Amino acid sequence: MTDTEVYADAATLEAVIARMGGALMDKLTQRGIIDPIMVGIHTGGVWVAERLHRILMLDEPLGVLDISFYRDDFSRIGLHPQVRPSHLPVEVDDRHIILVDDVLQTGRTIRAALNCLFDYGRPASVLLAVLVRRGWRELPIAADVTGLDLKQELDRDGNLQVKLTGPEPLALVLGRRVQTP
Amino acid sequence: MPPPNIQLDDQGHLKHFLTLEGLSRELLIKILDKTEGFLGVARQAVKKVPLCRGKTVANLFFETSTRTRTTFELAAKRLSADVLTLNIAASSTSKGETLLDTLRNLEAMHVDMFVVRHAESGAAHFIAQHVAPGVSVINAGDGRHSHPTQGMLDMFTIRRHKGDFGRLTVAIVGDILHSRVARSQLAALRTLGAGEVRIIAPRTLLPAEPESLGARVYHDLREGVRDADVVIMLRLQRERMRGAMLPSEHEYFQLFGLTEERLATAKPDAIVMHPGPINRGVEMDSQVADGPRSVILEQVSNGIAVRMAVMALCIGTQNRLSQAKAHD
Repeated sequence: MTDTEVYADAATLEAVIARMGGALMDKLTQRGIIDPIMVGIHTGGVWVAERLHRILMLDEPLGVLDISFYRDDFSRIGLHPQVRPSHLPVEVDDRHIILVDDVLQTGRTIRAALNCLFDYGRPASVLLAVLVRRGWRELPIAADVTGLDLKQELDRDGNLQVKLTGPEPLALVLGRRVQTP
Repeated sequence: MPPPNIQLDDQGHLKHFLTLEGLSRELLIKILDKTEGFLGVARQAVKKVPLCRGKTVANLFFETSTRTRTTFELAAKRLSADVLTLNIAASSTSKGETLLDTLRNLEAMHVDMFVVRHAESGAAHFIAQHVAPGVSVINAGDGRHSHPTQGMLDMFTIRRHKGDFGRLTVAIVGDILHSRVARSQLAALRTLGAGEVRIIAPRTLLPAEPESLGARVYHDLREGVRDADVVIMLRLQRERMRGAMLPSEHEYFQLFGLTEERLATAKPDAIVMHPGPINRGVEMDSQVADGPRSVILEQVSNGIAVRMAVMALCIGTQNRLSQAKAHD
């Protein structure tokens, strides 16, 4: 990315995540879910999940998913350069899962994450929490808890990329993909 | 300018996997890092990822193998590829079909990858030179030359136990002369910058200029394993021996067989490795093979993950190449 500009700084994001924690708590109460398992998606999703995990004071350790093996663009671009091991510390069978990611755009990452998750077992339910939501959905996927929405005038530009940098401090940056000649 | 490496595309991505010679340290580390990711697949309830769904992998084993063949088969299946294993010795080639005709027929069936094991050195390389574009070749062992996935699974096993290669002393014991496994291990250890590499063998089982392998040569097992972090035992390859290279297996064990007592000079936390199959009482006794320092069965598990990584990298490169071609 070039010409990056900061859309939201660390202080703003920490406050957003704290609000998300409250919203998640409400959702869990509403649904009568106790002792959920939180799972972050590599890499930005894990940073957000670590914070939510602390706020909700969950007992079960945090899980991490790498969706490289489930991406739908392997047939086009090959293996993703960054592959990290997925790690789910407890069995997911019949458990309530809170899936956490940084940016929800096309929905393809979440599709891949759900496929990956289901290869570990059959969860009782999956909630989705995302730090940033923007348009350009390509699949019927929606978040249960959203931190913030990208301003509409910015969202109109599909080439604009939204990226979370971190883990310390967090920053949400906007940029444009470098045009390959 | 050196000739382009047939294993790589023009951007340096892995297309075939034939030998570890000529591959960069970065690429070897990339394979090891990817393998970490694939290791977890075996712990999933569904031990499969959809990466190579719709791809067809043909195992061409011109020489017998159980471990390598089955782990390649499992690796391909865990990537969701379709796999056919051809027992070539018992099929068309014995009816007079040439190797290239066999290949052309499999290509006509739209096979995407050949995994080749052959008694002749250079066989996989030859096949890679002649396959259709878009088809990858993986060497599963050729003669005395190379066994690159074995070399990488050994490096992966060492890295998991010992971390940084620069501080390690690695001793390779046994039939160096006939061992493609040793050749691949030595190439990988050189590239990854292992601290000290030793080979320990009777003179009859060493190549003519053993120093050229980049290792210190020992003829005494106790001396050779002194302070070693890793002790790799090689299988005695009777099938490749001509004439009287060895007096007897019993005598070999007396001099070069690994026992707990002989292992005593190695570091207390040294690991013992063997590519299998083990000849118990020849290369090592059961006490060592089944002992706490043995990581032999772990090597087998790691072998599946390494093979998944290599297959996924090669097929990924072919995917990217065919996509680029479609956009031309």
